[in-house]
Amino acid sequence: MEQQYRVSSSPHFRSNESVSGIMRDVVIALLPATAAGIYFFGFNALITVLLSVGAAVATEFFVQRYMRKVPTTIGDFSAVVTGLLLALNLPASVPWFIPVVGSIFAIAIVKQAFGGLGFNFMNPALAARAFLMASWPTDMTTWAVPRAADGVTGPTALGILKEALPDQLPSVMNALIGNIGGCIGETSALLLILGGLYLVWRGVIDIRIPAVYIATTFVLLFIFNGFNFQIAFLHVLIGGLMLGAFFMATDYSSTPVNFRGQMIFAVGAGLLTALIRQFGGYPEGVSYSILLMNVATPLIEKYSKSRVFGGGKK
Amino acid sequence: MNLKHLTNGLIKENPTFYQLLGMCPTLAVTTSAQNGLGMGLATTAVLVGSNAMISILRKIIPNKIRIPAFVVVIAAFVTIVGMVMEGFVPALYKSLGLFIPLIVVNCIILARAESFAFKNGVGPSVLDGVGMGLGFTWALVLLGMIRELLGTGMIFGISVLGAAYKPAIIMILPPGGFLTLGLVLAVYSVIKSKKAAAGQ
Repeated sequence: MEQQYRVSSSPHFRSNESVSGIMRDVVIALLPATAAGIYFFGFNALITVLLSVGAAVATEFFVQRYMRKVPTTIGDFSAVVTGLLLALNLPASVPWFIPVVGSIFAIAIVKQAFGGLGFNFMNPALAARAFLMASWPTDMTTWAVPRAADGVTGPTALGILKEALPDQLPSVMNALIGNIGGCIGETSALLLILGGLYLVWRGVIDIRIPAVYIATTFVLLFIFNGFNFQIAFLHVLIGGLMLGAFFMATDYSSTPVNFRGQMIFAVGAGLLTALIRQFGGYPEGVSYSILLMNVATPLIEKYSKSRVFGGGKK
Repeated sequence: MNLKHLTNGLIKENPTFYQLLGMCPTLAVTTSAQNGLGMGLATTAVLVGSNAMISILRKIIPNKIRIPAFVVVIAAFVTIVGMVMEGFVPALYKSLGLFIPLIVVNCIILARAESFAFKNGVGPSVLDGVGMGLGFTWALVLLGMIRELLGTGMIFGISVLGAAYKPAIIMILPPGGFLTLGLVLAVYSVIKSKKAAAGQ
């Protein structure tokens, strides 16, 4: 018995993954789309991004240090991700207080009031977007025209689709690159897919939810629009679908944990998005559909529970 | 006469912030400070009247049918208050709308009838009604002021924040009611727990 054995309690295998590593990957994945947004919408977009991220980090620090009196976790980048996602969901022309109030709401109310990272019951950035949308509807739906002087506004591509103005529709090429009206971070489908695939490659997210979500939306809009391939294809590329599917419908704490639950979540979100875009009052339905599925998640989890091994049949 | 019956409802056992009763009118009518005040005072009037009447009748009302008897008494006072408001403050009556007749089913009133007026004399019951009613009133006025200030920039219809303020419309919509109530409740319980810690 020369060899010594070490006795320790489980877990025996540890992964090198950490919260800050995952969040850093998300920031890296979002950077190309952010850069494209700043390129297309100019200085205002940069200011909005900086204000939003700054306010999110400052709120996280303030709430944790002075109100909850717990160790601060601003080093884990999660507040940066929330602030960045919120900014990418805003029009570039919003006044300064909108990203600030939105970030404070996202972090203080939706995240920290419910217990901080991992306890938020819905996506903080999307909840903040819904809050801002209900508070300042005019500012939140005034869209800057890409590569134009400050103050020039126009409809989003989805607005054009909704109003059925076929001659103003953007080309598929422009929709891919992002040279269309919309929120700061939602216009460039190509760079968002690139960022999403980076996250899949890094193992941060699973391709299941985004793929099923986008496919459901595509198929339903394909059927709703009389099997018009071009319209359905544009629907998938424009608006917030790519951003929502890859970066927000994959939030760990507000989406189901197992395969069956994730499928229900993704199909439900796709169904709601298609219904809102086609028949609803708003041109865009991604944010509300994800939020609705977020609050339905506890119910989905209840009915998609995996059978415990050896637990017998139901 | 024990003044404790009067002060109990104001802060310590505040019907809104401590007992969490009557949430439906609390959330629905506090879109402005004036609506909150009107609703609070109307409820107070009903509460004082019903507490007094139920206390007087408490020896006559059979125990088994006391709840229907309470409801009849409360409904009578609500009808009186509704008619008085319609006659003298028609604008306020209109803006509170359905919520005036709904005072009948406000659980604060039934709760005080059941837990206090049915067991105590007329004097304490009236004091309890005044205290609980005013406690409900100031809670509604506070919520109404916060929501009106953030949602329109005004308090009691007078502009406070000026024209430069862009009102957050959500605060005078239903979600604003839930948000404000939740945050005020959080502040209330922080103060309460600090007081309890200091008292030990």
